[in-house]
Amino acid sequence: MKRIAYAAALLSTAAAAPLAADTHRIEPGEGAATRLQEALILAQPGDVIELGEGRFTLTDGLSLDVDGVTVRGQGMDKSILDFTGQQGAGEGLLVTSDKVTLRDFAVENPKGDGIKSKGADMIVYSGIRVEWTGGPKPTNGAYGIYPVESVGVLVTNSKVSGASDAGIYVGQSSDITVSENIVTFNVAGIEIENSRRALVTNNIASRNTGGLLVFDLPGLPVMNGGTVILRENVVSDNDTPNFAPPGNIVASVRRGTGVLVMANDGVLIEDNAFDNNPTAHVMVIAYVQPFDDPRYNPYARNVIVGPNAFGRGGDDPQLDGKEALLEAFGGALPPVLWDGIVEDDNGLRIAEGVTGWTLNLTKPGQSMAEARPGPLELTPLESWEFPEVGAPAALEARLK
Amino acid sequence: MKHGFGLLALACATFGAALADATVLDPEPVNDAAITGTAFPKALSEFAFFQDGRAQGPSGRVHPYALNTPLWSDGAEKLRFIYLPAGSRLTADGEGLLQFPVGAAIIKIFAFGEGADRRLIETRVLLHRADGWVALPYRWNAEQTEATLALTGGRIDIVTPAGEAISYAIPNKNQCKTCHSIDNKVVPIGPKARNLAAAWLGQMVKAGVLDRVPEGAGTLPVWAARKPSDAAEPLARAYLDVNCAHCHQPGGGASNSGLDLRWEQRDPHAFGIGKRPVAAGRGAGEYEFSIVAGHPDQSILLYRMASAAPGIAMPELGKASVDKDGVAVVRRWIAEMPR
Repeated sequence: MKRIAYAAALLSTAAAAPLAADTHRIEPGEGAATRLQEALILAQPGDVIELGEGRFTLTDGLSLDVDGVTVRGQGMDKSILDFTGQQGAGEGLLVTSDKVTLRDFAVENPKGDGIKSKGADMIVYSGIRVEWTGGPKPTNGAYGIYPVESVGVLVTNSKVSGASDAGIYVGQSSDITVSENIVTFNVAGIEIENSRRALVTNNIASRNTGGLLVFDLPGLPVMNGGTVILRENVVSDNDTPNFAPPGNIVASVRRGTGVLVMANDGVLIEDNAFDNNPTAHVMVIAYVQPFDDPRYNPYARNVIVGPNAFGRGGDDPQLDGKEALLEAFGGALPPVLWDGIVEDDNGLRIAEGVTGWTLNLTKPGQSMAEARPGPLELTPLESWEFPEVGAPAALEARLK
Repeated sequence: MKHGFGLLALACATFGAALADATVLDPEPVNDAAITGTAFPKALSEFAFFQDGRAQGPSGRVHPYALNTPLWSDGAEKLRFIYLPAGSRLTADGEGLLQFPVGAAIIKIFAFGEGADRRLIETRVLLHRADGWVALPYRWNAEQTEATLALTGGRIDIVTPAGEAISYAIPNKNQCKTCHSIDNKVVPIGPKARNLAAAWLGQMVKAGVLDRVPEGAGTLPVWAARKPSDAAEPLARAYLDVNCAHCHQPGGGASNSGLDLRWEQRDPHAFGIGKRPVAAGRGAGEYEFSIVAGHPDQSILLYRMASAAPGIAMPELGKASVDKDGVAVVRRWIAEMPR
């Protein structure tokens, strides 16, 4: 019947859907893990793998390597892939094919990452929940939603909690939208790393160590991250002590950071609501560690802090010399913290009314002991131009 | 090198009797259509790679081979074979992967136990079809009479040669590709000229199934013949090349880590010295660098090799226990590096 319906749809709309497209429904229960993995392997492009309602108990990671497949559950609290007893693989679900849509299901307690998509262009994550249910712990997996080395990424309407690195991490990718997600109790709520043309908008990042991170790191196959917009997000109460394993770059994130920009070329931060981030609402810094990679630029360039709503914050910073700093600034640090390091005349810029403070450092990697903290004294911009960025419209359209 | 032959002889000995029979009887030919077709044959016997499933006597044009440094898989005993269709041959490509004609197959049998307790667990095949390689896993039945397609893999409780009781994982079809993939295409991993004995390659040339013995053949050390006095570096680099580099190289499954563990990689930062982790998560443990010269106990690479915990352990697939010999060699290599 389904095929007939499909054919009818084809005739009536002349849509370009493959004729073979079919829906395979997998219910939880006996043998569900095998049935599900088998469906993922045997799927044809255009097929839908539908997850029934309930809890799927899995001992091994799942993987999908067929283009154009949709994996769809009954809702992020209804169809649950439970990896609590996972014995192998580095993530709950691995996607290595293009044009995949993942929606309306949950991944709980994977031993490594939650859902990783690698080299998977034009991917949509919608209505996905990834959660480590024991709360923030260093033994939790690193990333919840983890697209990497991909062009065209949309992560929307999803929830991630408990990641020991980043809840939503987009790495070495381009043309990205991360919108309308809720990220809580992760080390980093959302992290955009070594990526270009990313729009992070309408998300709620709360109770993480740091809310929204935009990083560019050396020594990776894809570098020169930038052209990133952080717009209309709620970034509040990011006060969870850092629980990342020490070797990871996010282990250096100070508890209480709202937005952290490290290196990168072009980041616009505007129209966000910041409240109760006790170290800094916005922090803009150069890459801090030594590196040996001639392709790498460690400076934060062309970073614009536009108008934002800044509530209480900076009143309990995780910084050396906290007491003296608080005293000097009258009990709370101003919202923007800059290291002061500029490559050229292209460092931090601010809109009228944005206040902050600077460490007045001059070179990437310079010791904090040489900091000479002082108020931020920049001439505000009257206007600026910044390209509109984000995932291709076709990704959003797929959800309609 | 000598030891490589020893291993090969050992492999041959396991099917010695059957091999003799096969030369006497009119052997059933290998099913070329099963290799080159589009289906996934349900039973291993459909290929007719062997004249006797249990004894593994190879059919005509099925050539046993051994690797100088093999991939470690929970201590499994492995038997390796190459099938070449009639009138075709392999061509050498420097020290790298031998180039296989369409219609060729690579067969690897995994076994545990000795003597009467010896059990075939799984047989993995790589089929070179017109549109590329296909990797399929087959699981042996309890009676050891047949192996059937295990598209979704499986788990089986076994005791390793080291005496550890583990849940051994047969990979699913996608997991086969996770390791056997460069730039999202399935490729063989093992039969690189540098990891094959020059003498075996010579035999293949003599038999008319390889064009030449390339320069750089057999340069990887023979792992099973290693002595405590051997230099650690070539052993360790060979071990990492064979066990890790299929993912940890540009275009491999772990390319985004930036860690490149191939034998030919000469840049110390690229193969881990002073390199910070990227997406290691708790796999990084307490440590900051993949390798800290002179400090094996501060090196993430060794920490992950020495762990069997999912989420920490490397390799992520095909490992439920720790290769103590591999750990010891890599430990000695890092410890001997000038600090």
